Amino acid sequence: MTGVRVAGVGLTQFGRHPERTGRDLFGDAALAAREESGIPPEEIEALNYGNFMGTLAERQGHQAPLMAEMAGLQCPATRYEDACASAGVAIREAVRTVRSGEADVVLAGGCERMTNLSTADVTEALATAADELYEIRAGMTFPGAYALMERAYFEQFGGDREDLAHVAVKNHDNALPNEYAQFHRAITVDEVLDAPMVSDPIGLLDACPVTDGASAIVLVSDEYAEANDLDAPVSITGSGQGGDNLALHDRENLAVTPATERAAAEAYDDAGRTADDVDLVEVHDCFTIAEVLAIEGLGFYDTGEGIAAARRGETTATGERPVNLSGGLKAKGHPVGATGGSQIAEMTRLLRGDHPNSDHVEDATVGVTHNAGGTVASAVVHVLEVDR
Amino acid sequence: MTDAGYDEWLDAIDDGEGYYLECSEGHGSLPPRRVCPHCGSTALDRASLPATGTVETFTICYVGGPDFEAEEPYATAIADFGDVRLTGVVRGTDPEDVTVGMPVEARVGTNRTTGDDLLVLRIR
Repeated sequence: MTGVRVAGVGLTQFGRHPERTGRDLFGDAALAAREESGIPPEEIEALNYGNFMGTLAERQGHQAPLMAEMAGLQCPATRYEDACASAGVAIREAVRTVRSGEADVVLAGGCERMTNLSTADVTEALATAADELYEIRAGMTFPGAYALMERAYFEQFGGDREDLAHVAVKNHDNALPNEYAQFHRAITVDEVLDAPMVSDPIGLLDACPVTDGASAIVLVSDEYAEANDLDAPVSITGSGQGGDNLALHDRENLAVTPATERAAAEAYDDAGRTADDVDLVEVHDCFTIAEVLAIEGLGFYDTGEGIAAARRGETTATGERPVNLSGGLKAKGHPVGATGGSQIAEMTRLLRGDHPNSDHVEDATVGVTHNAGGTVASAVVHVLEVDR
Repeated sequence: MTDAGYDEWLDAIDDGEGYYLECSEGHGSLPPRRVCPHCGSTALDRASLPATGTVETFTICYVGGPDFEAEEPYATAIADFGDVRLTGVVRGTDPEDVTVGMPVEARVGTNRTTGDDLLVLRIR
């Protein structure tokens, strides 16, 4: 089985760009990835494209062939959808395609246009990741779902909103030098605690913003990289995916995310690594509590022990294992169908040494990305390693 | 819109004859379903929903979707009814007075924005 290398990454500026069409966003990211890879378009054999709510936000179904066109590709194109993990699964399937020998070069990534909708309409669109009959009809929103998990966590394991505020402060700090981030603004613990409530106990500054953006990654086989003398020092060495019941109420415990545990176990095994080998992490922090659930599910902390990690400084840029050096979904932004690709792009830059925050992880060799769908009914974990 | 299985379930709750699906291993789930989501058993029978559940977790939602504009702020809770849990809008108290452990009963109410039926967890 061949190894898989990241030959190029491309991102749009994340933020509020209500006038930009999805096709323009993805074309922008895809061309940037193509250009960085130096690979001619006719060598790209497939497009794996992630998108969640484009049928609602732009009334555009069948997006994948459109996006191939925008990227200047003439190849089979398929849309992958697992809510906020859409790009994660698109990339995972690209990794599997290259490993199988089916293709040597695949473009993968995703896009989401969101801010052209009103807050109420975006709330409604995002909620469709939950169970329509039993959750949406009971008023469950995306922040509401994580609020239910957060309170269940507090009840079972303790911790409080102030612990979580440190996650938000950390991720805003990390986003400051990131040119692609939506927010370039430091915040304080008091600001997080005093922000208006969205869905108690989740306040406005516990939540990721609504974001427009796209991501693209060119993945190649080891053989292709070598034959074409590509500068591609980062490999995806492990991939895993886990699932869970869609509705929260059907899960045994509301304060843990077994889909993440399953995805991590598979990805670590695939890479021949353990959690202890991991130097830095990009996790799916759509809300501050989600970062805590992720670092526990990934095995960096025992269940119920991760909540004060940011407060203790263990996950900050100068901590022992930095989490979300990109700024995370919280401060870099969360264009849902693009996020899984953005995480791979950011981790690649961090490991290659050309990210503004690379100085914090100069000797790092192993990074992990974690992309989750809905209330983690889907989770995708990748292990990335750099040649040193 | 008709949602076979679900509408019937909601009507049964409204008639005071609420039920859930129970597999041969004793796992609870909600209809429509052909397979137990916990063990894969296809032997699913109706079992009576206990009259009272308890709030396991809740949120007070200040920013809802368009279907809940007239309801804000409102509390959505997950309540434990033994072998099964239900998610519903809490009524019968101020949303800000809801606490974990409160006893509730499953009822059917009306969504104040859309006029549709709604699963309500009424404080006992």
